Amino acid sequence: MTADPIDGVFAALADPTRRAILARLATGDATAGEVAAGFPISPQAISKHLNVLEAAGLIARTREAQWRRCSIVPAPLRAVAEWAEQYRRLWEQRYDTLDTYLEHLQEES
Amino acid sequence: MSITVQTPTDTTIVMSRSFTAPRELVYAAHTQAEHLRHWWGRGNPLDVELDFTVGGKWRFVEHADGREHPFRGEVREIDPPNGFTWTFEYEPMAGHVAVEKFVFTESGGVTTVTCTSTFSSPDDRDGMLKSGMEVGAEESYRALDAHLEKIKQG
Repeated sequence: MTADPIDGVFAALADPTRRAILARLATGDATAGEVAAGFPISPQAISKHLNVLEAAGLIARTREAQWRRCSIVPAPLRAVAEWAEQYRRLWEQRYDTLDTYLEHLQEES
Repeated sequence: MSITVQTPTDTTIVMSRSFTAPRELVYAAHTQAEHLRHWWGRGNPLDVELDFTVGGKWRFVEHADGREHPFRGEVREIDPPNGFTWTFEYEPMAGHVAVEKFVFTESGGVTTVTCTSTFSSPDDRDGMLKSGMEVGAEESYRALDAHLEKIKQG
C-alpha cells in the first residue's frame, strides 16, 4: 500500500510554527531568510520546518540566483479541507433536521 | 446555530453543535429509537434498531434515492445525560470502525453536543470518508422538505 499523502499533510500541519509559516507564505512567496525574520526562532529551526512542509508537498522551493523562494502549494491543503467538509456537510444535515425536530417536540409540550 | 468541525490529528475528527433545548431532551433524541428515526436520516426514511445498553448493538438503515445505506455499531459507555460512546461502521465498508464519543453540556437553556470520532488508522478514516461521499452524494433535499412539511402539518 502506498503512503496516504494526506497523512504527511496532517503531520506537517500539527505544528503551530509550521501553520504560522504557511500563513506567512499565503500572503506571498518569501525566501527562507524572509520567513525566519518573522519568527523568534533560529534560521536553522525555520529551515527544518520548511523541509517538513516541502516533504509534505505543502510548499515548493524554486531557485532564483542564489535565493530559494518558498511558495504555498494549495492542493494538499484542499484534500484535508475536503475530508472535513464532507463530514461537516453530513452532520450539518442531520443536526439541522434534529434542530427542527426538537423545536417541534417542544412546541407540542 | 452552525456546526463546527475540527481535525486535531490525522485520525480524529471533532464536531460540535448547539441546540435550544434541555440536555435531557437532546440526549434522548440521540439515544432513543423513536427520536432517532426522525432526524438521523436527514429527512430520508430511516429504520432504527437500537439496544441502548452497554454491549448492545445498533443498526440504522437510511433509504435514499432508492438505495439502502446500512450503518451499525455497539454501545460502549452510557452516562445519561452527560454522554455515551459507541462504535460506528458503514456496512459496505465493514471493518473500518470508528469510535464516536458524544458529550452533552447545557448552559442557559442551550445544549451543546460535542462528538469526537476516533479512527484506529488513517485507512479506517479514509474508508469512512468514502462512505460519507457515497451517502453525501445521494443527499435528498426533497425528502427533507417532505419531512419538514409533514411536521408543519402535524
